[in-house]
Amino acid sequence: MNRYPIWKFVLIGTVFIIGLLYTIPNFFGESPAVQISPAKSSLKVDQALLQKVEDTLKLANIPFDGLFMDASGVKVRLANTDTQLLAKDKLVGNLGKDYTVALNLVPQTPNWLQSIGAKPMYLGLDLRGGVHFLLQVDMKAALDKAAESTVGDFRMALRKEKINYYGIERQGQVVVVKFESEAEATKARNLLAKDFSDLTYKINGGDKDFSVVASMSVMAQKRIQEFALKQNLQTLHNRINELGVAEPIVQQQGVDRIVVQLPGVQDTAKAKEILGRTATLEIRMVDEEKSDMATLQKAQSGQVPFGDELFADREGRPVLVKKSVVLTGDRITDAGPGVNGQNGTSVVNVTLDGRGAGIFKNVTRENVGKRMAILLIEKGSTEVITAPVINEEIGGGRVQISGMANAQEATDISLLLRAGALAAPMEIIEERTVGPSMGEENIKRGVHSTLWGFAAIAVMMIVYYMAFGGVSVMALGVNLLLLVAILSMLQATLTLPGLAAIALALGMAIDANVLINERIREELRNGNTPQASIHAGYDRAFDTILDSNVTTLIAGLALFMFGTGPIKGFAVVHVLGIMTSMFSAVLVSRALVNLLYGYRRKIEHLRIG
Amino acid sequence: MELFRIKKDIPFMSYGRLTTSISLITFLLAIFFLLHRGLNYGVDFTGGTVMEVHYPAAANIEQIRQVMDGVGLKDVTVQNFGSSQDVLIRLPVKKELSIAQLSEKISGALKTADAGAEIRRVESVGSQVGEELYENGALALLLVCAGIMGYLALRFEWRFAVAAIIANMHDVIIILGFFAFFQWEFNLTVLAAILAVLGYSVNESVVVFDRVRENFKKMRKASAVHVIDNAITRTMSRTIITHMMTQTMVCSMLFFGGETLHNFSLALTIGILFGIYSSVLVACPIAMWLGVSRANLIGDSEKKPKEEEVPVAP
Repeated sequence: MNRYPIWKFVLIGTVFIIGLLYTIPNFFGESPAVQISPAKSSLKVDQALLQKVEDTLKLANIPFDGLFMDASGVKVRLANTDTQLLAKDKLVGNLGKDYTVALNLVPQTPNWLQSIGAKPMYLGLDLRGGVHFLLQVDMKAALDKAAESTVGDFRMALRKEKINYYGIERQGQVVVVKFESEAEATKARNLLAKDFSDLTYKINGGDKDFSVVASMSVMAQKRIQEFALKQNLQTLHNRINELGVAEPIVQQQGVDRIVVQLPGVQDTAKAKEILGRTATLEIRMVDEEKSDMATLQKAQSGQVPFGDELFADREGRPVLVKKSVVLTGDRITDAGPGVNGQNGTSVVNVTLDGRGAGIFKNVTRENVGKRMAILLIEKGSTEVITAPVINEEIGGGRVQISGMANAQEATDISLLLRAGALAAPMEIIEERTVGPSMGEENIKRGVHSTLWGFAAIAVMMIVYYMAFGGVSVMALGVNLLLLVAILSMLQATLTLPGLAAIALALGMAIDANVLINERIREELRNGNTPQASIHAGYDRAFDTILDSNVTTLIAGLALFMFGTGPIKGFAVVHVLGIMTSMFSAVLVSRALVNLLYGYRRKIEHLRIG
Repeated sequence: MELFRIKKDIPFMSYGRLTTSISLITFLLAIFFLLHRGLNYGVDFTGGTVMEVHYPAAANIEQIRQVMDGVGLKDVTVQNFGSSQDVLIRLPVKKELSIAQLSEKISGALKTADAGAEIRRVESVGSQVGEELYENGALALLLVCAGIMGYLALRFEWRFAVAAIIANMHDVIIILGFFAFFQWEFNLTVLAAILAVLGYSVNESVVVFDRVRENFKKMRKASAVHVIDNAITRTMSRTIITHMMTQTMVCSMLFFGGETLHNFSLALTIGILFGIYSSVLVACPIAMWLGVSRANLIGDSEKKPKEEEVPVAP
C-alpha cells in the first residue's frame, strides 16, 4: 500500500534535477564586465556593434572571457577589474559618445547553464545597493497644457473662417470663447465641433453675451494623460541611458507614476540632476547664403560667420544654422512616422499647436526652396536631426518631414522629436538609497538567519521524529531548493523581506510534516500496523494540509495584490513557498518514506521516535 | 521521543469562560493602548526622511545635531542604533523642501562635517505615498479576511468562519497593541508580518476545525463539548511542535536578521504566541457558542457517498 508507481518517482526525480539545475547559478558569483549600450534611441544593438566591440578589444590586445549581446546592449566579460577599466577606456575612445560604456557585473554562470536559461536570482536594490525613485507626473499640468494649445487652435480656426469673437480664454481645463450674438456662437460651435471632435461643446449666456464652452471629453483626457506618461517614460529612458547605468529599470506604476531604479548608483545628486534635466528641440533656418564649401571649411576651422552657428548633422556633415529660433519643441503636440502618399517614401508627421502652426506657415511661405534645420539640444550639445528643403508653404499645423531613409528611421526620428522634453512636469515623491556595503550585509544576514534556522529545525526534527524527522528535513531541503530554483527561473526580484519570507516559508512548511508524523504516531497508538499507519497518516493529513495552505495562500495573494515594494517582494516568495511546500511535504516526503518502508515485507517497528 | 502523551481529553471548553475573558481583557487593553498612545508609524506611512550613516569611529551625536541645526533643519532626531558607529537620522516631511532637496541637504552637510561619513541608506517618502499605504493596507486586511471567511464557510461552515476570523482579528489587534504599548516602529515590513500572521493564525484554527469535523463523524454519540475537547487534545502535540519549529526560524531572524528584520520578527513572534492561544482557546469556544453541531457540519458530507453510488452510464 505504500508503494509509488514508477512515474511518480520519475516525476519527483525530474523536478528535483530541474530544481538543482536552476539553483546552481546562484553559487557561481559574478565577474567584472563592461556594458555597451546605445546612448540614443535611434541606434540599435546589432551584430555590427558586436563586431566593432570585438575588433576594438582585439586591436588593443585586451583578453576577454565572453562577449554577448542582449536586449540592453553588448556585454563583455573580463578576467579582473584592471582589464575591466582598460577595456572601458578603449571602448569609450573608440565608440564615441553615441554609446554609453558602463562598468557592470555579470554572473559567472557557465555557458551550458546559460543556454538553458538558468540565471541566478535577481537581487533587489536593498541587496545590491543603488537608488530607487518614485516620480509623480503632474497630470493637471499636462491637461492644462493641452487646453492651452486648444486656445491657440481655436483662435486660428475662427480667424480663418472669419468668425467674430471678442474673447477667448482658458478657465482651468475648459476653453471659453465669447461672442456677441447667438448666431455667431452657434456657427462657431458647429465649425469647432467639426474640426476638434475630441471636445464637447456647450453654449451659455444670452443678451449680447454668448459663449461657447469647450471641455475635453473623458476619453480625450485619458488619452492625453496616457500620452504624457508614455512620453515621460521615453524621455527618462533616454536620459538614464546617458548615466551609463547597468540594467536600469524605468517602469510605469499606476496611472500617473514612474519608478526608476538604478542599481549600483551612489551619486544620487547626479542621478537626480539628469532625471530632472530638459532636452529641447528647435527649428531654425539654414543660412543658405553662407553654405558654400569655402565658408563651411572656414567655419570648421573656427571662423563662424556672424549670426550663425555651426553644427553637424547626423552623418557628421557641417551645417551653418542661423542663430534666431523659428520654433521650439514646446509647439510640437505630436509626431509619428508615416508614408508620403505621392512617392511612397517614409516621412515623419509632426503636429504643431495653433500658434506654432501660424508661425510655421509664415516662415515656410517666405522661405520656399531653402532648408530648415531641426535641432535637438541635449546634454549641452546640439545636433541637426534633419534639414529638409521647403517645397511649399505649409499651413494647418501638420508638417511632413521627408528625406527619411526608411520606415525605421522615420520611427526613430519621431521618437526623438517626441522624447526631447517631458510632456508634464514630474516630482520625486519617494527616494530610497542603499549603499553597496549595506546590500552585502543584508544578503549575509538574510542567508545566515535562514541557514541557522534550518539547522536548528533539522536537529529538532531528527531528535523528535528519528527517521521520519530525517525524511521531513530532506523534504524541507527539497522545498528550499525548489523555492530558490523557481525564484531564479522567474527572475522575480529578491529583496530582504523576500529572504525573510524564504525563512518563514521553511518554518511554516515544516507544519505539514509535523501533521503527517503526528498522524502516523496516532495511528500506531491506535494499534494499526506500521504500513497501514503510514498510509492513513499521509491520507488523513492531506485534507488538513490542503485547507490550511489554501487559507495561507489567500492571505499571500492579497498581500501581492495590494502590496508595494517590500510587501510585494515578501508576498511573491510567501506564495511560491506555500506551493513548493505542498509539493515537497506531500509528494517528496511520501516518496522517501515509501522507499524506506514500502518495499519491506514485514516491519516490526517504525522509527518515528 | 514523545513529549505529549495525553491519555484523557483535557476539558478545554469548561475553561471557555475563563479563557475568553482573558482574551477579552487583553483585547481591550490592546485597543486602549492603540487609542491612547497610537502606533509609532515609520516613514513609510507618515512620509519623511530616514538616513543611516556609518562612521569609521564612534559617532559624535551632539556634533551631528549641530550640523543639522547649521543647515537650518529643525525637528531632526539623531540617535545611535546597532553600534556606536552607526547613526540614524530622522526628519519629518518638510513642506518647503522637496524630497530630493532634503536628502541632498543632509548628505551634503554630513559629508562636509566629516568626510568619513558613509551614508548607507536613505529613505525619503512623500506624504501622499504614505497616505495611500493606509488605504492599501486596510484594503489588503479586509480582502484577506473576506477571502479566508469565504473559503472556510465553503469548506466548513459559517460558524467556523466567523469564529476563525474573530480569533484572527484578536491576534492582529494584540500585535498592534504591543507595538502601541512599546512604541516600536510600525513600518511596511511589520505590516507584511501582520498579514502573514493572519494567514498563519487561521492555519492553526483550520487544523483544529479539521479535527473537530472528523471527530463529529467518528464520535457519533459524543456531545459537541466532548468532540471539541478531544480535537484540541489530539492536535496539541502537533500545535506545539509546529509552533516551536516556526518560532525557531523566527528567532533565527530576530538574532541574525539585523535591524531591518527586527520588528518584522518581533511582530511574527507575538503573532505566533497568540496564534496558538487564540486558535484553541478563542476560536473553539466561539464556534461552540455559535452552535456548531454534527447536523450542521456533516449534513453535506454524509450525502456525498450516496451521490457516488449512483451508477455511471458506460
